[in-house]
Amino acid sequence: MTAAISTYASMPKPAARLATAPSLEAINMTKRFGSFTALDNVTMEVPAGQFHALLGENGAGKSTLVKCIMGFYHADEGDIRLNGREIKVGNPKDARANGIGMVYQHFTLVPSLTAAENLVINRADAPAVINWAAEKRRLEAFLETMPFRVPLDTPVSALAAGEKQKLEILKLLYLDQRFMILDEPTSVLTPGEADEILGLLKQMALKKEITVVIITHKFREVTQFADAVTVLRRGKHVGGGLVSELTTDQMARMMIGDTPIRATAERKAVPHDKPVLDLAGLYAEDQEGLPAIDGLNLTVHGGEIVGIAGVSGNGQSELVEVLSGQRPLQDGQITIHGQQFVPTRDHYDKFKVFGLPEEPLRNATVPRMTVAENMAFRAYDKPPMSVGWWLTPGPMRARARELIKAYRVKTTSPESPIENLSGGNVQRAVLARELSGSVDVLIVANPCFGLDFASVADIRAQIMEQRNRGAAVLLVSEDLDEVLELADRVAVMSEGKINYVSPVSATDRHTIGQYMAGH
Amino acid sequence: MQKSTTADTSPSAPIETVEFASDLGIRLRRSAEYVAVPLFALVTSGALFAVFLALIGKPPADFYSLLWRGGFGTAFSLQNTLQRAAPLILTALAMAIPARIGLIMIGGEGALVLSGFSAAAVALPLIGVAPKFVLLPVMAAAAIVVGALWVGLAGYLRHARGVNETISSLLLTYIAIAIMNFFVEGALRDPGSANKPSTFPIGDANMIGTIPGTDVHWGLAAGIVLCIALHFLMSRTTFGFAARITGGNPRAALAQGLPVGKLIVACSMIAGACAGVAGFFEIAAIHGRANASLAAGYGFTGILVAFLARHNPIAIIPVAIMFGGIAAAGGLIQRRMGLPDASVLVLQGLIFVVLLISETLYGRFAIFSGERSTSRT
Repeated sequence: MTAAISTYASMPKPAARLATAPSLEAINMTKRFGSFTALDNVTMEVPAGQFHALLGENGAGKSTLVKCIMGFYHADEGDIRLNGREIKVGNPKDARANGIGMVYQHFTLVPSLTAAENLVINRADAPAVINWAAEKRRLEAFLETMPFRVPLDTPVSALAAGEKQKLEILKLLYLDQRFMILDEPTSVLTPGEADEILGLLKQMALKKEITVVIITHKFREVTQFADAVTVLRRGKHVGGGLVSELTTDQMARMMIGDTPIRATAERKAVPHDKPVLDLAGLYAEDQEGLPAIDGLNLTVHGGEIVGIAGVSGNGQSELVEVLSGQRPLQDGQITIHGQQFVPTRDHYDKFKVFGLPEEPLRNATVPRMTVAENMAFRAYDKPPMSVGWWLTPGPMRARARELIKAYRVKTTSPESPIENLSGGNVQRAVLARELSGSVDVLIVANPCFGLDFASVADIRAQIMEQRNRGAAVLLVSEDLDEVLELADRVAVMSEGKINYVSPVSATDRHTIGQYMAGH
Repeated sequence: MQKSTTADTSPSAPIETVEFASDLGIRLRRSAEYVAVPLFALVTSGALFAVFLALIGKPPADFYSLLWRGGFGTAFSLQNTLQRAAPLILTALAMAIPARIGLIMIGGEGALVLSGFSAAAVALPLIGVAPKFVLLPVMAAAAIVVGALWVGLAGYLRHARGVNETISSLLLTYIAIAIMNFFVEGALRDPGSANKPSTFPIGDANMIGTIPGTDVHWGLAAGIVLCIALHFLMSRTTFGFAARITGGNPRAALAQGLPVGKLIVACSMIAGACAGVAGFFEIAAIHGRANASLAAGYGFTGILVAFLARHNPIAIIPVAIMFGGIAAAGGLIQRRMGLPDASVLVLQGLIFVVLLISETLYGRFAIFSGERSTSRT
């Protein structure tokens, strides 16, 4: 028990929470979905003022645990104690009333409203008629007490990602939610912004103003900022303790377990002087008709992986959509081997262009169609899967069985809907479909997002193998580590342009980070 | 959720034997679900309607026994039912085919009316000039082309201009009815049709006649043949496969380089052609002339039929017959029980609402999937 708790008990209720960090314990939490146990008797103890990291692979149960604490789910078993006293969190409102708040992976601000408006409308007791002059004065006074501030009168849409993230955190503080859960808060930030924000939070935690639980899978953030760590694997608590007493290697082993990880595929010395994919002066618009790709030039050679790094939302997904025919090109030219390329079925086949899009269930499959049908998307209209217009399901199923075995896709049957497969297996099924033939150009976008370690290593090895065979690989990734691991050259995308290209060996994280921020 | 993942999964790795659950078993279980859920919806809505009847003081048992007698119980009522089922099969196809490509196209009524009118209109200069075997194909061709263009227009607007196809196809229905009324009450009106403005009749000699040994016209046969043909088109051809990819996930279809726009317009035109066939038979087998009776609501009931059949062309046949029976029994129920004619519409509406609610039941029952249900966090 810390001093903060005894103070809390002796003070009148609402005022007590002001400027004091609460402690929280989630004890023996179990959550089942049907016959599947997402959370199995997990205990996490976070003393007041601690910066606590919650580590685990995707699907390890991190989200389930915090959703139980936030009241989105009801744990089947287990207790939550705030400042040593048991609380009932039946819904998100209860969490809020107890001063527990969360910053989500994606922004939850209203883009068209100003920072001030966003803060005030989120107050549970926001009046029907708002006296803005008075509210502004109060907000200013509130910001005075904060270690950082954001412009109050700018619409949120005009703020940079780092400012938005600060505003999300200010929102929690404004609502007096001093137990903060941050779900991968740095995925939308440049390395510089991430360090700044985590540093500020760390200082507040040190002053016992807040208690922080951060969900992350970046060890760098854990070792640099966190005091303690809880590691989950397959719904179970598999370890934890003070960060100062653990090595990165130990934490990684807790996360992964005994699963052997395939070594990174060897980068073979292949000649890569022949330009294959050439993007010249590309322009495209986003959903709102604003320029998303704004004069982009890039060349990818055969036998080379060019990794596009960038803060998410700088036109990367639009670029992938343009290359995969999901978004019209306003201007510019895509050429492959010197010939113009248009994303139609004929050209995909003629130029041997293949793709591993991000979120394969959304971009590369029809969730309700079977695994066999999904695996036939590239070849269903060619012999032997069809004769003229007529489909022949026999060869389609036979081919699916071959691919399922060769790529070890875990499915009960080729006839199961592909939506029943886990994320890693969906990606493997798409991989099997796209990479089983001869590949000249490969477009890859965030291929490992949300996958477990084993699948990640596997999929990266496959991409490297295509490069070694001489394919021109364009890799778009929000994970800078992935770019640095796989790419031969790194290109930084900022505001719809490529503003920096360099061989990976001749650059570093810091330089790339500065270009990501648009400098 | 990943269970035991072995990391070395390169294609060259030694292949382990993979045992699959029986494919046939899984397909049967899924089909069973497609039967069980609509059946549940039918029984539930039937029970709710029984409560409704009890509330207004009519014995539910009488209603259902009259429904059986009026719709299916006698040779006469059964033929009446099949007669009504024919256009329902065709208009249901007009809903079901676009639904397979992800469109909610509810313009079957308009396409039926306008193509029926077109059939009657092209016949006018040929009546008494061309023989029956020339006249009828010309009428059929006109009806099919007009129907295909009418619904194809909604599909085109959807693809080219992003106009919501549900709204546009519904509004096009009112335009179609207005076009027919404009001509029937004006330039093409038969002066002899005093009470009910109509075009000149094509003449009894030119009517298409009935399937031998029955009172049911050939539209029923045409509908069944089209159901089977379109079933194979959608499930066994590259066209159908491409349409299913597009319907299931347009983003994936684009990424596969499929001509999404052409597929959308093609499916819409097939839909319109089906409604056109219905319009042709309404003229050539039932009315013999175009008038307001064409807009009898078959197009709208067809939407309901298609939903209950889960947009499966084969399933449309029994469902359309069932709804034909409900409609056929309407008169008998009205006379015997003193219920308003609209009460069968209440039953139809209930079925539709309960059916839409039941959509959420798919995938909820482990016995139909044959797999352990997995949830991801």
